[in-house]
Amino acid sequence: MTRQSTRSPLARALGLGSAKSGVENWWLERLSAVALVPLTVWFVASIIAHVNSDYGTFIAWLGAPLTTVMMVLLLIALFYHTALGLQVVIEDYVHGTAKLPLLVALRLGCFALAVTGILANLRIALGR
Amino acid sequence: MTNPARGRPSSPNIQIYRPQLTSVLSIVNRLTGVILSVCAVFLVVWLSAAAAGPHAYAAVQALIASWIGRIVLFACTLAFFLHLCGGIRHLVWDMGYGFELRTIYVSGWVMVAVSVVLTATAWFISLFLSVSSP
Repeated sequence: MTRQSTRSPLARALGLGSAKSGVENWWLERLSAVALVPLTVWFVASIIAHVNSDYGTFIAWLGAPLTTVMMVLLLIALFYHTALGLQVVIEDYVHGTAKLPLLVALRLGCFALAVTGILANLRIALGR
Repeated sequence: MTNPARGRPSSPNIQIYRPQLTSVLSIVNRLTGVILSVCAVFLVVWLSAAAAGPHAYAAVQALIASWIGRIVLFACTLAFFLHLCGGIRHLVWDMGYGFELRTIYVSGWVMVAVSVVLTATAWFISLFLSVSSP
């Protein structure tokens, strides 16, 4: 016996309905969330620990190998999670002609910001 | 609100519901997510300033140290802990636990309390460290 689809043939042909590419988005949002729990807590704790540090001390910490690895992982997970989260917000509230340009700008913007952040940290780590 | 394609009413009509902890925390999770997206942009500005040199970094630090900067940073810290705790609550739900009505309300209030305590603790430690040593 084959499983009965709850969607009408017309809805399937038109690509309507709830499950198009939602599962992938949902899963990757959770995956990045799990990664962000330790990464963001580490970041906030580290920033608090450096509240009194001068520029030299702070830069020495930021450029250390372990910090750089953690920061690169943080930036990747953070902007991946941001892109997926804001995508859902846009899809929920923005309709019509503005939707597609906004989604494109969001993806490209998040990618650009992640790359900029990673390169800034690498410049510090490699002594620019 | 109407569906622009068909002219039919679209769901949810959120304004007709009485606010409840469940719906308010759902909105808070989304709102803090949007706020934290702005914080993420600032994180890149801050890192770029640190990479650019001591003068650029000092300028950004002065912005954070100003009264407005501190108030915004405090709000962002609260937003961070709310989104963190709310996110962990969501991950527990995703694993299939905690769906009983009573449990949902308990976890909701616990999440709010933990977020407030963590925000206060983070700021208390920061202020204590900045006062205690030169």
